[in-house]
Amino acid sequence: MGKAEFMETLRKRLAGLPQAEIEERLAFYNEMIDDRIEDGLTEEEAVAEVGPVEDVVNQIMSEIPLTALVREKVRPKRTLRVWEIILLVLGSPIWLSLLIAVFAVGLSLYIVLWSVVVCLWTVTLSLAAGVFACLFEVFVYQKAGNLGGAIFAGGTALACAGLAILMFFASVAATKGIARLTKKMILGIKSWFVGKEAA
Amino acid sequence: MDGQLKRGLLDVCVLAAIKNEDSYGYRIIKDMKPYLEMSESTLYTILKRLEAASMLTVRTAEHGGRLRKYYRITPLGLARIEEFRDEWKQIESIYRFITREDTNCG
Repeated sequence: MGKAEFMETLRKRLAGLPQAEIEERLAFYNEMIDDRIEDGLTEEEAVAEVGPVEDVVNQIMSEIPLTALVREKVRPKRTLRVWEIILLVLGSPIWLSLLIAVFAVGLSLYIVLWSVVVCLWTVTLSLAAGVFACLFEVFVYQKAGNLGGAIFAGGTALACAGLAILMFFASVAATKGIARLTKKMILGIKSWFVGKEAA
Repeated sequence: MDGQLKRGLLDVCVLAAIKNEDSYGYRIIKDMKPYLEMSESTLYTILKRLEAASMLTVRTAEHGGRLRKYYRITPLGLARIEEFRDEWKQIESIYRFITREDTNCG
């Protein structure tokens, strides 16, 4: 890939960011490529060293706060006409409630995901509590002279302990998984705001 | 490496790269290469952060018929490097604490 193609692709994929931000980043990469060429690399090599455009875009996106992207996206490209403003205001009971509904559904889905994690941890904790409860039971049965009961309670304590350990690993894995998913989702939402205009 | 710790380290590395004389993006990356690999976008973010914190200043100068940005360290930036030396002593003592058991056993 040549420099011109790299810069053009980067510009397209960054469309949606504030204009000043795009220009500054492009100038930065432009300088980086030129300096490499001056250092003796061919144009192709210089571009290859800077990295695949997708990687560059992904890293830039993960660094820019979502709020900045949204702010840029909702800013009108031109001043609104009077009738457009009137329509926007009059229509607000419809579009605003729809927007809130979409947001609320998204948020609830996300909360549901975390509820699963909370459930897993609750089960883990309950099992762990069960271990202590059963151990106490062993003590009580023993005092009462009920050997069978004591053995049963001891066995239950062991079973609870085993399940709790397994559940602990499952809970940790689920928590990590959801956290990773959150990162991906944020990146996904961001790319929704960026690079669409030119595509 | 822990994200927070690495971020702080990289900031100081970039400051160290411009400590003795003004430098530019590609040269900073090249100077650091024997010690650590840094991508362009990472460097960009760090330079922005350091500029916002007044630890360096930026000037644009012509070079070979094109523009190039040069970065100069400020007294605040130099102070940050000094601060890092003290922090490192703390990290060393923490490291000694962490590995204390090993030395006792071995």
